[in-house]
Amino acid sequence: MRDNIKIIGVLTIVCLVCALFLSLAASMAKDKVTRNESKAIREAIFNIVGECKEIKEVSIKGTKVYKLFDDKNSLIGYGFLAAGEGYQGKIKIMTVVDKNFNKLLGIEIISSQETPGLGAKINEDYFKNQFKSLNIKIPIEYTKGEVKKDNQIKAITGATISSKSVVNILNKAIDKLKSLLKNE
Amino acid sequence: MCPTLAVTTTALNGLSMGCAVIFVLFFSSLVVSLIKRVVPHQVRIAVYTVIIATFVTIVDIFFKAQFPKISEQLGPYVPLIIVNCIILGRCEAFASRYSVKESLLDALGMGIGFTWGLFILGTIREILGSRTFLGIEILPSSFNPLVVMVLPSGAFLVLGFMIAAMNKIEEKSQ
Repeated sequence: MRDNIKIIGVLTIVCLVCALFLSLAASMAKDKVTRNESKAIREAIFNIVGECKEIKEVSIKGTKVYKLFDDKNSLIGYGFLAAGEGYQGKIKIMTVVDKNFNKLLGIEIISSQETPGLGAKINEDYFKNQFKSLNIKIPIEYTKGEVKKDNQIKAITGATISSKSVVNILNKAIDKLKSLLKNE
Repeated sequence: MCPTLAVTTTALNGLSMGCAVIFVLFFSSLVVSLIKRVVPHQVRIAVYTVIIATFVTIVDIFFKAQFPKISEQLGPYVPLIIVNCIILGRCEAFASRYSVKESLLDALGMGIGFTWGLFILGTIREILGSRTFLGIEILPSSFNPLVVMVLPSGAFLVLGFMIAAMNKIEEKSQ
C-alpha cells in the first residue's frame, strides 16, 4: 500500500511541478508569439500593396479582416488570411482585394509545405504576380495553356495540383469575405 | 529517423534542431539524475517522459517567440523531440543510474554528437539541393540543383553514404 501511495504521489507531484513551469513559460511568451504572428501578416500586406501606410484589424463574425489605408487615410482595400489544403499540407495565403471586390491586389504565401522545386514554386514572384489586378467579380480560373481571360492565371508546369489548390483556396475565401462584408 | 530526415533540408535547420536536442538532453538528464533516488521503479518511464515533454515544450515556446522563422521551418518536429529515443534512452540508461556530473557530461557528449551529425547532413543536402550554405549561394546558377536532396529520399541516400564513410574511417583506424 505504501508503495502505491509513493508511486501515485511522485507522479502527481512531478506532473504538477512541470505544469506550473510550463504555464509560466507559456504566459511569459504569449505576447511575443502573438506579436510575431501579426508582424508576419503586416509585413506581407505591406509587401503586396506598397501604397498602404496603415492597417486596421477588425473582427467580423469571428474572422479577422485587415483594412488597408493609404497615406491620405482613404480605404484601399481589405486583407485576409485564406487557408486550405494544398498538394501537401496546409497553404496559408495573405490575400488583398480592392475595396469594391472588383480585383485582387495581390497575394503572399505565408506558409506552405509543397514539394520543393515543383509545388513550392507558388512562392516565386512570377507565380504570385499573376494574381495582381486579377478580376474577382467571377471565380478565378487556372489554365495550363495561354492566359486568355482577365480572371485566369497560368498553372505551374508540373505543379498543377498546387496551382489549383491556390486558386480554390482564394475563391472560397473571397466568396466568404464578400458575404461577410455585405452584411456589415 | 523521422525528424532527422525532415529537418535537415538546410544546415541551419539541422543546427537548430540539434541545439534544441542538446537543451532537452542536458536539462532532462539533470533533473532525472537529481531525483533518481526518489522515483519509484514502476513509474520511472512516465516520470521521465513528463520531464522531457516539459523541456521540449519550453524549447518550442522559445523558438516560436524568439526565432519564428526557424520555428516555421522545423514545424511539428520540435514537439516530436519528446519521442526521440536518444533522450528517453539516455535518461533511462545513464542519467537514472549515475551522478549528476556524469549525466551532464553524457548529455553534452550525446547532444553535441547528434548536432554535428545533423549539421553535416543538412550541409550536404543544402549545398547539393539548393546551391546554398547557411542561406548564402555558394554554387553557381549553372549548377542544376539535385531536387532529390531536399526530399526525404535524398536524406536517406546521404545518410547511407555518411554511415558508409564512417565505417570506412573506423576500419582504417583499427
